[in-house]
Amino acid sequence: MASLTFAASPTPLLEIRDLHLEFHDHDRPEVAVEDFNLTVEAGEIVGIVGESGSGKSMTAMAIAGLLNRHALERSGHIFFDGVDLLHCDRATLRRYQGNDIAIIFQEPMTSLDPLQRIGRQVEEALRIHHRELSADARYDIALRAMEAAGLSDVERVYRMYPHELSGGMRQRVMIAAATISRPKILIADEPTTALDVTIQAQIIALLREINAEHGTAIIFISHDLSLVRQLCHRVVVMKEGRIVETNTAREVLLHPREDYTKMLIDAIPRVEL
Amino acid sequence: MRYVLKKTATMLITLLAVSLFLFVSFQLISGDPATRMLGTGATPERLEALREELGLNDALLVRYVRWLASFVRGDPGISYVYRQPVASLLGAKIPVTLALALMSFALTCLVGFPAGLYTAKYAGSALDRIVMVLNQAIMAVPPFFAGILISWAFGTVLRLFSPGAYVSYETSVPRFLGYLVFPSIALALPRAAQLAKLLRGAILEESGKNYARTAYSRGNNTDGVLFGHLLKNAFLPVLTFLGMSLANLLAGSLIVESIFNIPGISSILLSSIGNRDYPVILAAVMWIAVFIIAINLLVDILYAVLDPRIDGE
Amino acid sequence: MRMKQTRRNPLAFIDTLPNPKLFRMGALITAAIVLLVLIGLVWMPYEPTAMSADQMQGISASHLLGTDKMGRDILSRVMYGSRITLVVALGTMVIGAGLGVLIGAATGFYGGMADEIVMRIMDGLFAFPNVLLALVVVSLLGSSTVHMIWALGIAFIPSFTRVVRSEYIRCKHLDYVKNARLQGASDARVIFVHILPNVSGVLLSNLMIGFNNAVLAEAGLSFLGIGSQPPYASLGQMISDAQAYFFEVPTAVLGPGLVIVLLVLSFSLMGEGLRSAAKELD
Repeated sequence: MASLTFAASPTPLLEIRDLHLEFHDHDRPEVAVEDFNLTVEAGEIVGIVGESGSGKSMTAMAIAGLLNRHALERSGHIFFDGVDLLHCDRATLRRYQGNDIAIIFQEPMTSLDPLQRIGRQVEEALRIHHRELSADARYDIALRAMEAAGLSDVERVYRMYPHELSGGMRQRVMIAAATISRPKILIADEPTTALDVTIQAQIIALLREINAEHGTAIIFISHDLSLVRQLCHRVVVMKEGRIVETNTAREVLLHPREDYTKMLIDAIPRVEL
Repeated sequence: MRYVLKKTATMLITLLAVSLFLFVSFQLISGDPATRMLGTGATPERLEALREELGLNDALLVRYVRWLASFVRGDPGISYVYRQPVASLLGAKIPVTLALALMSFALTCLVGFPAGLYTAKYAGSALDRIVMVLNQAIMAVPPFFAGILISWAFGTVLRLFSPGAYVSYETSVPRFLGYLVFPSIALALPRAAQLAKLLRGAILEESGKNYARTAYSRGNNTDGVLFGHLLKNAFLPVLTFLGMSLANLLAGSLIVESIFNIPGISSILLSSIGNRDYPVILAAVMWIAVFIIAINLLVDILYAVLDPRIDGE
Repeated sequence: MRMKQTRRNPLAFIDTLPNPKLFRMGALITAAIVLLVLIGLVWMPYEPTAMSADQMQGISASHLLGTDKMGRDILSRVMYGSRITLVVALGTMVIGAGLGVLIGAATGFYGGMADEIVMRIMDGLFAFPNVLLALVVVSLLGSSTVHMIWALGIAFIPSFTRVVRSEYIRCKHLDYVKNARLQGASDARVIFVHILPNVSGVLLSNLMIGFNNAVLAEAGLSFLGIGSQPPYASLGQMISDAQAYFFEVPTAVLGPGLVIVLLVLSFSLMGEGLRSAAKELD
């Protein structure tokens, strides 16, 4: 149980201020995220919980720079490394994507290119951001990243195709690919939702390990408070696009202030202390 | 490997089924070949002698096998009308039609692929909209109409070539190909428009999938995602179309040959249909069937090569 | 209190389509051509087969599109030829789609060994271009408009069978089918009353594409001289006859040619109007 409290520093790794995202492609504008404020310190693990439609995935996409740029009105700021990611140009954004900011998604089954070998996909961020590396160097780094992600017989897996792997293994591949260039922050958008319960625990443990060993900050998005409790230092609870509660993980779970939070806690399937 | 063998076996069975169907159909329709060849005035003895000679009194299945064997050997029978071996009537003409079809196919790909790629990349832009409207218009133009217009515009008006002055490949291969360019353009344009539209649609469809999002998340720019991931995935549905379009180009070749005075199988096939010269029709159609089924086999094999999800090597 | 009577505009559905502008444009052109053909049923400027001494005339007041080699009025011939083209294309759709839907529904719904065999045959047929299949059928049966309709109709069956079959396979496990069965609906009822309306969207789209292909196929075949026989010429045949003197009387080729192009184009536009707006790449 993570109980580290990160002191708010004057230069947080990530600072989201007054984030406001609104859809305009139907007749009535639809607000997805409103008044969202969050800071993440280096090495911190922050959980964002809420039900579907609460805006948590939108926020994740905004940080990762993957927002579909059309029919979306945005305001506010996402400060990272001195740059406002929400309002910078594509080229600047691309320098961070896959490099300092990485993301893994909910559906490992469809998040990999079905026609490309695993190894090549794991190396992709290196090919883009570290072009000085030779092919051999890339190969070695890729194998090591795959091993660190908990895959075995990595030389064989390197040459395989996504459809030959199980869901859990594919998610590990995604993690290996995401962490290969040592990102400062890793966004995990419901990474275990589509996986078996047993694999879930392993992936959570893996994320904790990555954070401990490399100091990678993690934004962990989920609707499952029990997982959040196992992994995160701090928790943000979202409902219908707004933050309703935020505190350390321990506090949120033991002393929830909002009714909505209490409802989410009650929804946890297993009985845990 | 198993997949390839299975597909080849299917192909051969299909060919056999097609050949049997065609042979039996034509036999049923054709009436008495001996009378056709000797005329109604011939004596019954001569008719019977010819029937014996041609083996027409044997059972249907026997005749079928004999015909099939002769087709495979390259000598599928004798024309009712010309009393010459079918092979001599069709022989020199098949390569010409094939060349036209293949050249049109090459042009289709050369124009269609870049068009599809760039309209996908710049989808929604003014250029894209213009090209899409142009596509619709071009697809509506039947190749023979385009052929007449091209023949007039490039031949009569611009004098880039002499319509009707066909050059055989035996005389000069470059000039032969040069002459075929213009009918190929007529044939290729609507198919290229279709290819562009299909490719564009396939690329855009792939771009909405999760792995495209992953590719962007690694820091790829649009070209990186497009050429590194989307294109190969989008190519698969297009591959089926390419196979069909080669077959269609073959059919189209038959139609435009007359406009440009090209001695392919079109004229002999049409006159045979008019004359009810069944041995010729049968052989020509069978040839086309072989070609088409072979293309399909090739497409299937290519699929297995490109898509690792199919049980390939 | 009197309720205000609202007039229901039957064409209002156009505004609900994804792309009304394109649809309207396409519908307008189609309507114009159909109108031309319908007028031609009761009145044409001249008798299409009436030869005269005014041969190879260009556009004039008495002959709006000029006359051909045998002095026949081109406009009248175009009106008549369009009729044949439309009849063949529609007839082809009736046979191709009609039989295709029946076979596809049955084989998709019931499955089994019969399904396998039927699909193999359909796949085999599907590989062949329409024009070639029609050529084979016509060479067996003889050349006439009716035979042409049958020939092309048969050639179009495989594509409709495939589409309908895959829809039925998709739909037969859905809840509303199970509900209908629980209520005691017979197989036929389920197939036609319940599933078919849900398939109609995809079917309509394929019908429009099929119509276009039928028009082009008929034009190509009649250009080769197969199909309706002279002097009652279809549009393709008119072009074939007139290509020799294209330079002198261009309208003899352009007239029928443009009708074909416009007919196909207008249907394409309507089809595009039914489809949702263009996406963008990223």
